[in-house]
Amino acid sequence: MPSLGATFGRGAATMPQWELANSDCVIIMGSNMAENHPVAFRFVLEAKERGATIIHVDPRFTRTSALADIYAPIRCGSDIAFLGGLIRHILANDLWFKEYALHYTNLATIINDRYQDVAELDGFFSGWDPESHSYDLETWQYRGEASPQKLEENHVTTGEPYSQKLRRISSGAPPVDLTLKHPSCVYNILRRHYAAYTPEMVERVTGCPKDTFLAVAEALTRNSGRERTGAWCYAVGWTHHSTGVQIIRAAGIIQALLGNIGRPGGGILALRGHCSIQGSTDVPTLYNMLPGYLPHPHALKSDATFKEYLEGQTNKRGYWNNFPKFAKSLLRAWYGEHANDGTEWGYPWIPKIMGDHSQLPMTMAMADGTIRGLLLIGQNPVVGGHNSRLVRKGLGNLEWLVVRETFESESASFWYKCPKVISGELSPSQIKTEIFLLPAALPGEKDGTFTNTHRLVQWHDKVVEPPADCRSDLWFIYHLGKRLKALYAGTPDRRDDPIRHLTWDYPEMGPYNDPSAQAVLKEINGYTWPDRRQLVSPEELKDDGSTACGVWIYSGVFPKDGHNQARSHVPDGPDGPGTHLGWGFAWPDNRRMLYNRAAADPAGKPWSERKRYVWWQDREQRWTGHDVPDFPPDKAPGYKPDWSKDPQGMAAIDGDSPFTMISDGKSSLFVTSGMKDGPVPAHYEPVESPVHNLFYHQQNNPLAKKWLRPDNPYHAPADPAYPYAITTYRLTEHHSGGMPTRMVPSLAELQPEGFVEIPPELAREKDIATLDWVVVSTARGSVEAKAMVTHRLRPFTIDGRTIYQVGMPFHFGWHGYATGAIANTLTAIIGDPNTTIHEGKAFTCNLRKGRLPVRAQK
Amino acid sequence: MTSAVYPPAVPMRARDHTESTLSRVIPDESELTAGITIRPGRTYGFFTDTSLCIGCKACEVACKEWNALPAQQIGLTANSYDHTRELSAITWRHVTFIEQIEDNPGCRANRLKPFQSHWLMMSDVCKHCKQAGCLDACPTGALFRTEFGTVVVQQDICNGCAYCVPACPFGVVEINFSDGKAHKCTLCYDRLKGGFEPACAKSCPTNSIQFGEVDVLLTRAARRVEKLHALGVDNAYLYGAPGTAGATGGIQQLYCFFLLLDRPEVYNLPVAPQLPSGRVAKSLGTGLAAVAGLGALAAVLMTQQSKAPRPGRKR
Repeated sequence: MPSLGATFGRGAATMPQWELANSDCVIIMGSNMAENHPVAFRFVLEAKERGATIIHVDPRFTRTSALADIYAPIRCGSDIAFLGGLIRHILANDLWFKEYALHYTNLATIINDRYQDVAELDGFFSGWDPESHSYDLETWQYRGEASPQKLEENHVTTGEPYSQKLRRISSGAPPVDLTLKHPSCVYNILRRHYAAYTPEMVERVTGCPKDTFLAVAEALTRNSGRERTGAWCYAVGWTHHSTGVQIIRAAGIIQALLGNIGRPGGGILALRGHCSIQGSTDVPTLYNMLPGYLPHPHALKSDATFKEYLEGQTNKRGYWNNFPKFAKSLLRAWYGEHANDGTEWGYPWIPKIMGDHSQLPMTMAMADGTIRGLLLIGQNPVVGGHNSRLVRKGLGNLEWLVVRETFESESASFWYKCPKVISGELSPSQIKTEIFLLPAALPGEKDGTFTNTHRLVQWHDKVVEPPADCRSDLWFIYHLGKRLKALYAGTPDRRDDPIRHLTWDYPEMGPYNDPSAQAVLKEINGYTWPDRRQLVSPEELKDDGSTACGVWIYSGVFPKDGHNQARSHVPDGPDGPGTHLGWGFAWPDNRRMLYNRAAADPAGKPWSERKRYVWWQDREQRWTGHDVPDFPPDKAPGYKPDWSKDPQGMAAIDGDSPFTMISDGKSSLFVTSGMKDGPVPAHYEPVESPVHNLFYHQQNNPLAKKWLRPDNPYHAPADPAYPYAITTYRLTEHHSGGMPTRMVPSLAELQPEGFVEIPPELAREKDIATLDWVVVSTARGSVEAKAMVTHRLRPFTIDGRTIYQVGMPFHFGWHGYATGAIANTLTAIIGDPNTTIHEGKAFTCNLRKGRLPVRAQK
Repeated sequence: MTSAVYPPAVPMRARDHTESTLSRVIPDESELTAGITIRPGRTYGFFTDTSLCIGCKACEVACKEWNALPAQQIGLTANSYDHTRELSAITWRHVTFIEQIEDNPGCRANRLKPFQSHWLMMSDVCKHCKQAGCLDACPTGALFRTEFGTVVVQQDICNGCAYCVPACPFGVVEINFSDGKAHKCTLCYDRLKGGFEPACAKSCPTNSIQFGEVDVLLTRAARRVEKLHALGVDNAYLYGAPGTAGATGGIQQLYCFFLLLDRPEVYNLPVAPQLPSGRVAKSLGTGLAAVAGLGALAAVLMTQQSKAPRPGRKR
């Protein structure tokens, strides 16, 4: 998500799923959409019905490939080589959408002339500091100014902090050369950067035949432009890499060059893994964000006081100039009357973060005894977490562990059921963790909302009361908070103020004193203070404390008492515009398509009749169309900031700059800051790869987060002991960690056991037949599973060598009707530098026919 | 902008029920979900278009959930992603997976035909034949033709004789050994009576399973085949529509018919199914002839035997 944020301004899918039906070309890459998003896939088939070309680029031939027109096989982990090849193809053959890209992206912007590219520095960008193992971003800035673009870059801990850079932002127009002659303009940087990514190189690196690659390039470019649009769909097949964020960036560059953002049938659809994963980053469960993507205060940055925090985050230009309104309203919602100037609005009560507190480092902190207790809610890390043995070691090293699940999961039962205990190597008495398994309610047993993959918030009612002691997560959190408040009510310590002063006044209802989920949603929406009138839109938010708002981007979801827009079910009829503005609520401000100002040309006219969506109405001097315009409604297309008056906020954004969350209003083909590992995506091999990097001497992403330790070893590049590439994945029939699907008989019978998919060519070499037992090993551990020999996996020819690739679904464990070895026993803890998302889609392994002795199955 | 081949994605009536809280069941819900009104006296069925199937098995799950059917024996098969194996007394929808990734030995295709190809997936179901073998064979009247044209077993009447089992040319009906009765798909008879489309069709995310009046479905299917042919999918054909493969041997027509992309036997469907009753005259004749022949032989033998010298007494 940071990649979409850095490129377009908001870390979210740019288009609604149903818009795929209006697409002329749908490329699915890094996603097995038909299997993992079967309902959304209906829109892909609707597009096909209307004549679109469907393309699937993937290491495996899947149920998605079966419905595609072109299947482009690539070796796992070679995505940027493929995408870079497309960027080169577009630029070298002059196939980009000139009027769109020149005006709506930073293609013509001139970059600091001291910038040097990976092409010159053999895999490094300028600014590399081998000591701190990080980049100084100074040379990546626009010429003659600091150009902090996006709030998320706050988390770039390298070089000059965001807040410092903000103070140096210039007050003139960014340096631009619309003739594209300047050697340091982004256009020429991109051309040089991707010059090496020729179709021949794409074939050598990815294993995708050159003619297949060119067929993809031809289909995509033919279906982009004024009259036609193409869409990309991706999922965790892109994010679960040490270069995950840069892979998505590459797709962002392609779509912006081709003019496929903010237009009907065009966009990038981030297909999110679970029903409310988008909600969990919006509201959020992320350690480094406060609700609504406000950066979490950091102990080691200039975030000491509220004033400093606000100054350090408020960008002079663009929509984020409203930052103080969002932050102050959030604190008002949290601390009510205790939020005032005297208490610094309660800001000191928010704990400060100190570094990376995401799941991977947390796992190691547990193993090392730094973390002593854990609440595990709706997650099964023993199955879903990387390096399962290390996860088990961590959980077994805690003092206490609370697991809230619908069934007993592997994460709650590892102490008596894990293979190490079964084999007698470890006794339950050696595990000191006290484990509490609390029964949780399923979705039908509670009220609440889901925020789906395209930011659509939809309400669901409770259908039945949960059985016995099962309770909703909301019930648990609320009553836990209530007890903590009672516990600290009378203490004299100031350190207890954060709990004492917290607003915790949700009405209770029903036989189990459930807190009202509607009341929570009303608080998320926001209200005026102190008279508590619901806000209708984020535009109403104030920075004087007269508004309270739990999540500013959700303002409008509950616009007045008794009107829960998330619960609204009014679709457009068959003759309607098809944006379904009456169905649920999509943030921000019920916009279905983000950046939809780009659906009109710089003068405000639709690019074509066929792709009409949002346009400037001259007579009324307003933006109008099928959707809520994602632009100030009355800002004329010809508006230019008067730089002599030092314009602030939205006044500094042109009338033809649709990406208003970015400080220059342009989509960032070149990201000046916000990406730790480079302003432009470059191909690096996965940390574990069967081959060497053919583009640069630098093998891996130099900033990949590695934790090399005895319980988390890595394989060397092209390690002969682990010669095969391996990828892990999900199946339609099961949910991530297997809870609760492995417990449901009618699902379990559909995929009843774990397996390893093996190409027949490798199976012949190893004398393996389908249903034979095989052992898959890495330096982290070994597992056994039955073989599924299939032509759907294929050998790749990489630089003249045959590379075999195998695959394993990761849902299985020892509980339920459908069981199998835990595939994540094989994976290592390696993270993307920007997000610390694990690298599970591409690593290496060994494979042999046979079984494991019982003792070795750990 | 909806394709003419399919019902509109959002039927007009969808706007009639926009409240989250409803005081009663939505009348004729199938109008919203399938675009049709279910009326007794008309004939209903499925058009299963395999070219749109993504093998998600939602139909299998929806069927088991609605009909409260148990899971089968759980285990990995060697049949691609198909682990429920076949239609049975407790599996009334079954998705077959056929991998044809190789075009020629050693050659895997990258340019594919539009819609489904190379990994065939087909959701099989009871065909609800116009002339149904099971119905003909049932001696108790447990099997009957409903007011919707479908064929249903009434377990409270079924005596478990199992005549229907070999009488089905498709191997659909099976005796469940837990109750000794015949079981198979009812085309959700209970749902039809309540104005709901069958569970499998409702759950299908890609319109591969389409429920409706058979005549309407046949017209739609014929257009679909034409469209696919025009797009170069020349291997698409209907199985079970009147006059096509599957509607042979006296069966006349399958009310649940299919659009297939390879020969029927690839999907484990009979190439030329036949009603057992079509063989009655022939087998009766053969039987009578056999009886007559045997009788004649016996007569001859007996005559000869009486004439022949008795070997034991020769000495």
